[in-house]
Amino acid sequence: MHYSPTPLHIPDGFLNLVVSLICWAITAITLSVAISRTNKSLGEKQVPLMGIMAAFIFAAQMINFPVAGGTSGHLLGGALAAIVLGPWAGMLVMTAVIAVQALLLQDGGLLVMGANILNMGLLTAAIGYGLYRSVLGSSRGTKLVVAGVAAWLSVMAGALATALQLWLSGTSTLQTVIIAMLGVHTFIGIGEALITVAALAFILRTRPDLLGEQSVSAQGGRGWVFAGIVISMIVVLLSPFASTNPDGLTRVAQDLGFIDSAQSRSGPLAGYSVPFFADASASKIAAGIIGALVVLTLAFVAGRSLQKKS
Amino acid sequence: MHSDAFDRYHHGHSLIHHLDPRIKVVVTIAFIISNAFLPDGAWIAFALAWAFVLFANALSGLGIGFTFRRSFIALPFALAAITVLFSIPGEPVASFRFMMGDLTITDAGLLRFVSIVIRSWLSVQMAILLVAATEFPKIVHALNHLRIPTIITVIISFLYRYLFVLADEVLRLLRARQARSAAAAGKNPGGNVLWRARIAGHMAGQLFLRSYERSDRIYNAMLSRGYKGELMTIHPHHFHTSDLWIGALSILGLIIMQIVGRL
Repeated sequence: MHYSPTPLHIPDGFLNLVVSLICWAITAITLSVAISRTNKSLGEKQVPLMGIMAAFIFAAQMINFPVAGGTSGHLLGGALAAIVLGPWAGMLVMTAVIAVQALLLQDGGLLVMGANILNMGLLTAAIGYGLYRSVLGSSRGTKLVVAGVAAWLSVMAGALATALQLWLSGTSTLQTVIIAMLGVHTFIGIGEALITVAALAFILRTRPDLLGEQSVSAQGGRGWVFAGIVISMIVVLLSPFASTNPDGLTRVAQDLGFIDSAQSRSGPLAGYSVPFFADASASKIAAGIIGALVVLTLAFVAGRSLQKKS
Repeated sequence: MHSDAFDRYHHGHSLIHHLDPRIKVVVTIAFIISNAFLPDGAWIAFALAWAFVLFANALSGLGIGFTFRRSFIALPFALAAITVLFSIPGEPVASFRFMMGDLTITDAGLLRFVSIVIRSWLSVQMAILLVAATEFPKIVHALNHLRIPTIITVIISFLYRYLFVLADEVLRLLRARQARSAAAAGKNPGGNVLWRARIAGHMAGQLFLRSYERSDRIYNAMLSRGYKGELMTIHPHHFHTSDLWIGALSILGLIIMQIVGRL
């Protein structure tokens, strides 16, 4: 089949009970807000629309394009869904997609579904919509560039969150999992960004009414801009810190006390460095990737502030 | 053409097939939670859990090895756990050179790694059996009874209904792309990677518009048939006392597993 699972779908067994339940709690709270907001703002007509859109995201994940050496790029869709449907509806749509993938195809577990929804549905929607909304009044080109950056960052945020959950569960060592996850998803994210931008460009050209300023801004308040930028900044700042200084993050986690509660059943995690990844060259590659990320974000923030003045 | 490659239901008339879907969903989730609760290296409890899965397989009439054959899909993810082999301090078991450094597998690390993989492998088998022996709409209906918000179950129902339609649509798009991508022997069809990504994006945009417009037509058709905001079913769930007994016995089995795992 053409359906290709992404490495972000965590199966059951890889997160421990505490981490799974914490993620479920965060997801459930966010979703209950999403449900009450959509119930308020959407008519009964929107419900079939969201259902079809969920099927659309599921089907769109089958569209791929060959990159090189047998690998292919394809869509995750969280950012795209949030941009075209609004953040709350986008989250519900992604939740349905992830739930069906887990229930029907066993792509992702049931107990860890809260974590999977958080990583692939909620974070991606917040970043995708938040950043896109911040450039709502500007030219088509700016919107598309920002949508691309947002799509890339949304994949990175999902990868970072997955890595942190695996580490907190005592399933992986921090540095290895962060470098591996972010390294792989740097490229997956580029595929995501390219497809998202091209799809938006196509929709803007053929049905501009669907992405008009009024319809997009009606779907979520300006608070989303703040949320999107804050989550992006966390990704941008936490990634280099965690991959170059894993002991630092572990100490922070220990000081806050949550590493003990999260890993209570797996014993203390000692000695987090793995020889070949503690190697300076790998860290440097990661630092380079993260540096590019910081520059991109700075460019975006600067571009945005310039736009406001003009 | 009908794309039913996603459907995992195997028709049958076994005890498991006729069990109330709510019981099946609850027992499956309880089983997965129970696995997560078992301590590392609880081999007897893991064996009991596998016996539980095999027994359920046998009762379902799908064959005792049914879930075993399909259970390896989650294994690639084990790569994420591979570092615990080396990182947990303990007695060295094996050591080898990899790239520039020596890697030493410790007994504690091996114990943890194998336990993680076994937990995952057992959990996925139960989920496979659930969808193989229960029609998907019934699972969604059961979720509705288990207090999952209606809007989510309604979206899931629509997703399931139109997944097959839109998957057909995607297959048509992919075939059309294939048909227009002739290439000289030994050369890649199409332009560079950017160009190919743009085409894939346009296909996604095209699919979005077709889906969006289709949802309008679907809504109109539903309105004309009396849609009032929620989906009706003609298959109400009947709770039999025997269903309750099977559910209670399963939970009892899981509790015994937990006790054995902690002895």
